[in-house]
Amino acid sequence: MGWTRKDLLSMRELDAAEITLLVDTAASLQEIASRDIKKVPALRGKTVVNLFYEASTRTRTSFEIAGKWLSADVINFSASGSSASKGESFIDTAKNIAAMSPDVVVVRHSSAGAADLLARTLPCAIVNAGDGAHEHPTQALLDLLTIREKKGHFEGLHVAIVGDVAHSRVARSDIHGMRKLGMTVTVAGPPTLIPPFVQELGAKVSYRLEDAIGDVDVIMMLRLQQERMTGGLIPSTREYARFWGLTLDKLARHARPDVLIMHPGPVNRGIELSPEVADGPYSVILDQVSRGVAVRMGVLLLLAGRKEGDGA
Amino acid sequence: MSLLLRGGRVIDPANTVDAVQDVLIEDGKIARLGPRLQAPADVEIVDVAGKIVCPGFIDMHVHLREPGQEYKETVATGTRAAAAGGFTAVCCMANTSPVNDNGAVTDYILAKARVEGLVRVYPIGAVTRNLRGEELAELAELAESGCVAFSDDGKCVMNAGLYRHAMEYTLPFGAPIISHAEDSSLSAGASMNEGVVSTELGLRGQPAAAEDVMVARDILLAELTGAHVHIAHASTAGTVRLIRDAKARGIRVTAEVTPHHLVLTDDAVRGWDANTKMAPPLRTKRDVEALIEGLADGTIDCIATDHAPHALSEKEGEFDLAAFGIVGLETAVAVALDRLVRPGLLPLATVIARWSRDPARLLNLPGGALTPGAAADVTVLDLDAETIVDPSRFHSRSRNTPFGGWQLRGGPMMTIVGGKVVKAAAS
Repeated sequence: MGWTRKDLLSMRELDAAEITLLVDTAASLQEIASRDIKKVPALRGKTVVNLFYEASTRTRTSFEIAGKWLSADVINFSASGSSASKGESFIDTAKNIAAMSPDVVVVRHSSAGAADLLARTLPCAIVNAGDGAHEHPTQALLDLLTIREKKGHFEGLHVAIVGDVAHSRVARSDIHGMRKLGMTVTVAGPPTLIPPFVQELGAKVSYRLEDAIGDVDVIMMLRLQQERMTGGLIPSTREYARFWGLTLDKLARHARPDVLIMHPGPVNRGIELSPEVADGPYSVILDQVSRGVAVRMGVLLLLAGRKEGDGA
Repeated sequence: MSLLLRGGRVIDPANTVDAVQDVLIEDGKIARLGPRLQAPADVEIVDVAGKIVCPGFIDMHVHLREPGQEYKETVATGTRAAAAGGFTAVCCMANTSPVNDNGAVTDYILAKARVEGLVRVYPIGAVTRNLRGEELAELAELAESGCVAFSDDGKCVMNAGLYRHAMEYTLPFGAPIISHAEDSSLSAGASMNEGVVSTELGLRGQPAAAEDVMVARDILLAELTGAHVHIAHASTAGTVRLIRDAKARGIRVTAEVTPHHLVLTDDAVRGWDANTKMAPPLRTKRDVEALIEGLADGTIDCIATDHAPHALSEKEGEFDLAAFGIVGLETAVAVALDRLVRPGLLPLATVIARWSRDPARLLNLPGGALTPGAAADVTVLDLDAETIVDPSRFHSRSRNTPFGGWQLRGGPMMTIVGGKVVKAAAS
């Protein structure tokens, strides 16, 4: 099957075949990273705009490199230093950028639904690079690509997603993607950081780190989003680190020896991950980052390469 | 100028009338009701056979935005929207700019209404100065100037001690305190109901308990003070249960519910349309069922729109940054007739009572009945009129409705205020 969507907005809207297509496409592009000349002409003459309303290092750089390796013209736009700081509304800025005929707009925004809003408003392809606590589909895709490389398959794997699930768009995208590919997902954290009714998204819930990491193939540690902590969700980062921080000792005592440790970054070292775990043998955190470029190449290629009317 | 409404089915719950009758209007008053009335000379006869003739509908919860936010709505446009929607009277909330927290602002609104208003306008005064929840507004002057109730609607008075004093101070005025029941510590940052949909969308939700906690508090304060507390826009099953119990214990508490809380759930937010964002938020199916049951058994006393006009620019952007609220005056009656009466969820007579007799009683307003001698405020319904909601044709200055494109059967056909036709048949 081919790609038929105008936009990539969420993992929730994709089916297993579409997710597999995205992961396969990314896998086939991975070798470009190891070439001497990292450039293919696939998107020559195409324009990709990175529209970033929220701070980002990994994701923005990753999309930029992906676009450049595919020979697209990549323009970076960030909210500071733009007319957004003069009070222009998001929708007005987006319409103005769309008037310059980009082929793909990659959007990062602190408001959930921002990517859907652009997709409804603009004629070009929209990639959701993270919208509030809603979704971050390319992160889920690079997680999946990394897992498949390391474990060889998806079906039957069990993943624990640990930490600040409530504020995590990565967790939501991972849950949707992993469930659709036949994986079991347990989310774990203090109850104040577990979103209500998350079981209805198909995830199991655990309130004890030791239980959650006991019998899983992958542990996805989430960043404690301290900037979003309001209203006393946790007593202190010290207590959080003690009960929810992953250390080599806890891994040795509770986890399987072949477990993978993942983290979408940026890592709060010493809070959710001890440095020994982040840099240790179980960690595939930097593999995730490398796979991120391949995933974004795949996404740009499928969206920008889609012919008018493919979706009909 | 006389008017004879010929051959309609008159449903007048206040006078327990449900019969095919003519209604004769003379000198702005209801002159006579009866079968096949003789038409006086030079009377205008309107054939309303097959239609429903009822007391003029009163919308006791409307934001007219004037003074201060005339780009959203004015007394002129809001009352035109009301007339078009079948309402003969509206009560307007105090969160204008400046706030209606003193007699001068009330006077201004009433002056505007006299000159530009198409339907009756009853202002509601603020409970606290500038809606800040810190000190009492000039409540006696507001009452003297014509405010029919007191409310900080849009905000919840979090200070229970101050609210208690407001209830006590207003006891002599015979006007209720209207509560926007929302514990702001439980709803902070929320843009929708807390539930599986908010989790899926990654939007911060507010639990039903944010409302229930405050409804419980306000019932206890009503019991303490003997004041009449009216709960605005009830949205939860918990509120219905609390009010039912309170009424059974003889506490003076009443409540209203909006059409949107009766027909929509938080599922509607899935499309990211900011016209599904309001306070209180759309809740769950269980809540909707409880609200309908409460409206049917009289636990909830009336239907009110919470008509909250906002400009497009305040609704077209990011969901969590969008303004709260939707317009309702021009869709409410049709939505209720099509989605509540037609499927048999509520009897027609109940809907009519909850929109005429009951708000008139609880606010001590004239109207709400087709009694000979009373002002001729009449709403005529056509249960078969087919409409497709087209926001571009609204009389309101704003278009923020979640009902655009809805196909509805049944709606207002005529609106008559003091004998004057303000919405003509087949307009």
